[in-house]
Amino acid sequence: MNTIHNRQVINDVLVEKAKTDKDIVVLCSDSRGSASLSEYAKVHPGQFVETGIAEQNIVSIAAGLASCGKKCFVASPACFLSTRSMEQVKVDVAYSNTNVKLIGISGGISYGALGMTHHSSNDIAALGSIPNMRVYFPSDRHQTKALFEHLLQDSKPAYIRVGRNPVEDIYSEDNTPFVMDKATLVHEGNDITIIAAGEMVYPAQQAANTLEARGISCRVLDMYCIKPLDTEAVLKAARETKAIIVIEEHVAIGGLGSMVSQLVCAKQPMKVISMCLPDEPVIAGKSPEVFAYYGLTSDNLVKTALELLV
Amino acid sequence: MENLKARTFEIRQDILDTIVNCKAGHIGGGFSVTDILTTLYFKQMNIDPQNPKAPNRDRFILSKGHSVEALYSVLANRGFFPREDLKTVSAFGSKYIGHPNNKVAGIEMNSGSLGHGLSVSVGMALAGKMDQASYRVYVVMGDGELAEGSVWEGAMAASQYNLDNLCAVVDRNGLQISGTTEEIMNHGNLDDRWSSFGWHVIHAIGNDIESLDAAFETAKTVKGMPTVIIADTIKGYGVSFMENSVPWHHKVPNADEYKQATEELSAKRSAAL
Repeated sequence: MNTIHNRQVINDVLVEKAKTDKDIVVLCSDSRGSASLSEYAKVHPGQFVETGIAEQNIVSIAAGLASCGKKCFVASPACFLSTRSMEQVKVDVAYSNTNVKLIGISGGISYGALGMTHHSSNDIAALGSIPNMRVYFPSDRHQTKALFEHLLQDSKPAYIRVGRNPVEDIYSEDNTPFVMDKATLVHEGNDITIIAAGEMVYPAQQAANTLEARGISCRVLDMYCIKPLDTEAVLKAARETKAIIVIEEHVAIGGLGSMVSQLVCAKQPMKVISMCLPDEPVIAGKSPEVFAYYGLTSDNLVKTALELLV
Repeated sequence: MENLKARTFEIRQDILDTIVNCKAGHIGGGFSVTDILTTLYFKQMNIDPQNPKAPNRDRFILSKGHSVEALYSVLANRGFFPREDLKTVSAFGSKYIGHPNNKVAGIEMNSGSLGHGLSVSVGMALAGKMDQASYRVYVVMGDGELAEGSVWEGAMAASQYNLDNLCAVVDRNGLQISGTTEEIMNHGNLDDRWSSFGWHVIHAIGNDIESLDAAFETAKTVKGMPTVIIADTIKGYGVSFMENSVPWHHKVPNADEYKQATEELSAKRSAAL
């Protein structure tokens, strides 16, 4: 059972890299604790900016810093960062093309019973629809580390969503296959494909293991790179397997499922099933309870796969 | 100084020509902000049109981005690009679009949506402090723009970070598209508002180069806090029938109006020489 959440890994990477790269700047909106960046703020006070609870301001300030050569990482709850600051993201980051990485913490329905104010179940739709904005949902801590090490190498805008709780390892210290903007093949298979991102990769992997025991070969793609979508991997799956299931911690409209469906429909028509959050405020509960209520589980993936393969 | 005053009317003629040519634009606010931009680009800012990305250049953001015709005309007159380019403003495929865009030499950031510029300039000024650089950061806002809540987020942050390398200017012409600023969303005592946010406040006659120049010089001496210059301007300044007239926020002159405006600007230019 992994106890290290992805936020902690982001802190660790930034603490380390900022020792030698003085242009790295981390910005928080009274969120250093919830973003697990208190250590960073303590170790690198000269490369840390506290803006207070002002999500519009934090994004514009980051854009201004970036226009002067700084590599900015803005960490704020995904619910506020993705929509409260949406216009600042559109204009000052994406349109002006500034080197600002937006880290949406406690994304999706991580905040469970806190209600829809604190959920970001539409952040792919919101930020992914902005020209020149990339969207990443890393799955486990190892992939999060690899992703941030790569993001530090480029100067383009990006939004990265991470959940609040530790997630089970998909990869390991010495085995984290990672190619930037290419989906990671988590499980080989040629009967059916599950495409997942973020916290949904683990149930997808579990489902593939269960299906394998029942003689069904299930491919699992970790589509951490939601935008730019790895279209090659999607179309390959559409050619080589009989159906695609997309599972995501996001609403249907404008999510990963809709992106995959749009692509498959145009290029390689076949059945795509979307398992996602409903078009309504979600029920109160802890993440696993909420996921179970809406069928975002390995059991339901197995059931759906078996129905599709009948 | 006198020649610079004359130059402001040449620049206004370029603004007028640009707007008439592309049949769109914001002439009233363009004419009110011309002297502010001219003072900054011809007297105050450390900039080099031949090297617009010089690391220690002073930074400028036109937060009231709809006055872009004024900015283009000033940049062209200052040598950032040929004046001939003004004829392509808003043309199909042109990089000179209807709001500032950083594909154009001399423009740092894209703007056009109001209430962003101050926060962006806070970031720029913070970067300057972090790098112990000597450059200054200037941002010009409209007074109607001050109704945007994000302006005050930026205002709070600038004083929190003691950004004395940041100088904001409010183009206080008192008018916006639907009427006077006081009718639409009144500013109360604007000086007190900025002071209470931790800013040093200076007033300037916003259509007077000498007054503006003096205000910018004073701003440089203020330590430990940002400065705002409330530039009291006349919207449409320079052309009698456009001055203090709400419809001239974004009206395009017809042939007769163009002729009269050109004659008035020419007369004012001559008088300034």
